[in-house]
Amino acid sequence: MIDVVTRDPRRIIEDLHARYVRCIDDDRLEAWPDLFTDPCRYQITTRENVTRNLPLGLLECTSSGMLRDRIEALRRVNVYEPHTYLHHISSLQISPRDDGAFGARSNYLVVRTLPEGEMVLFSAGVYADIIEIDGDAARFRERIVIAESRRIDTLLVLPI
Amino acid sequence: MLETDERLLTWPKEGNRRVPYAVFTDPTIYARENDLIFRGPTWNFLGLEAEIPKPGDIKSTNVGATPVLLMRTADGRVSAVVNRCSHKGSLLCIEPFANRTNLTCVYHAWSFDLDGNLRGVPFRNGVGGKGGMPAAFDPADHGLERLRVETFCGLVFGTFSAEVEPLEAYLGEAMAANIRRVLDRPIEVLGYQHQVMHGNWKLYMENARDPYHATILHAFYPTFKLNKLNMDGGLVLDPIGRHAITYSKSATDTAGAYEGGDLRSMIADFGLADPSVISWKWERDDGISLAVQSIFPNFVIHQIYNSLAVRQIIPLAPDKTELHWTLFGYAGDDDELRAIRRLQANLVGSAGYISMEDGAVVGFIQRGISGDDTAESVIELGGYDVATSEGVRATETSVRGFWNGYRGLMGFEA
Repeated sequence: MIDVVTRDPRRIIEDLHARYVRCIDDDRLEAWPDLFTDPCRYQITTRENVTRNLPLGLLECTSSGMLRDRIEALRRVNVYEPHTYLHHISSLQISPRDDGAFGARSNYLVVRTLPEGEMVLFSAGVYADIIEIDGDAARFRERIVIAESRRIDTLLVLPI
Repeated sequence: MLETDERLLTWPKEGNRRVPYAVFTDPTIYARENDLIFRGPTWNFLGLEAEIPKPGDIKSTNVGATPVLLMRTADGRVSAVVNRCSHKGSLLCIEPFANRTNLTCVYHAWSFDLDGNLRGVPFRNGVGGKGGMPAAFDPADHGLERLRVETFCGLVFGTFSAEVEPLEAYLGEAMAANIRRVLDRPIEVLGYQHQVMHGNWKLYMENARDPYHATILHAFYPTFKLNKLNMDGGLVLDPIGRHAITYSKSATDTAGAYEGGDLRSMIADFGLADPSVISWKWERDDGISLAVQSIFPNFVIHQIYNSLAVRQIIPLAPDKTELHWTLFGYAGDDDELRAIRRLQANLVGSAGYISMEDGAVVGFIQRGISGDDTAESVIELGGYDVATSEGVRATETSVRGFWNGYRGLMGFEA
């Protein structure tokens, strides 16, 4: 029997955010695409592009296959200095939508650590999400990552 | 401007095929570049006309270390001034983009028109007949420092030099032809990216015109047969060699060269689950699928399949550089082309499948060359010359050409 508490959309969405962070920060990136519907929309852009109403950002995936390709490419094709992320998410706000899904907004902060120990605030910004909940399973139909700074240090390869 | 000091550097006797690493690390050379290159007889990219369409539109940019404003005047002309009040030196515009009827300094409210003429000085006549500017003060002597500005196919370039040749002559016929080819219709800005690299600006400008690394470092290129050195293509240089186009024609791919070798770059069993990021469409009938063009000293324009962008280099320090990417499409693009360009944006920029590595490798070099100011790089692929190379891209002639132009301006004779 399902605990009524777990049916609370806020709790389900908080759990989705936590699983999202664990996939990236614990280097279990192959499980990350499973947190999205297919098709989906995952875009990383900047406040500058959003404010200026410009459609392109830093990267965009519109299917589960494209999410998987990003991970496969960073494992096997792309060249970069190994690094890890530590995500912090706060100020989650959720709102029911007419189509039964939920809108969500939260702030994020990502600290990047390089092999020799250099640690920087790599990105901070807002997650603007559309989340589908089916029973007690939740997935992102859309996650727009709006980075506060227009600058990216060196390169962006791990998802935010 | 400083006079060239022979003691600053002794260039290796081999000439353009050796580059002393000191040019990437020495702060004195870095400072001298600002005078002799960025403020010298060169045309620097400032922005796109499409970024300042309306009278009063302003874009903040930089030429080397100097802050510059690119502006559209009330009567529709393009102008550029140093973003520095002629009174005490404060920035006049601190926003990346703005729209103004004049430039008024926040500090003491000196105000200037968009051609840089001083129009207002508060308390110029003092208060109650006391104080104020001396009678000899003439506003005409205190305008903003102006740049010469020229546009070509919607690109705006500026220069501090009164002597440099007109822009189109500076570009030369071959460079002008490819710019006309890519910018043959009105454009629309689609997005910006700003990428900070932990290396000297010249490491990136070498990289942008280097066909040797493109299909090795960027393994995505050969893996998906987007760009391989056995495709028909070439390098086109201006007579000095400081500007370059590297281009290829994907329809001419042949087997060999990558298959079965020890290059990590062609990964045979890697396939995309969703290949829509590399689906594309011919827009011209010249067969050129990729053309990356570098204009000395600070500009790159690319057509990589249907991805279009300009890149502007802004040096921040001897070991730090900012690269501004402006991704664009054509104003008349249909929905299909808009969708293609949107997905192909995944190929380029700081997160691009075929470009992210440049951000890493520029930093790897800067760290690698630290601690020894006598070591040199070796640039001998394709021989020693600087010349257009039709049909052959297994050459670094375009990189030697960059150094040929650089040495000429810096006075670094071998």
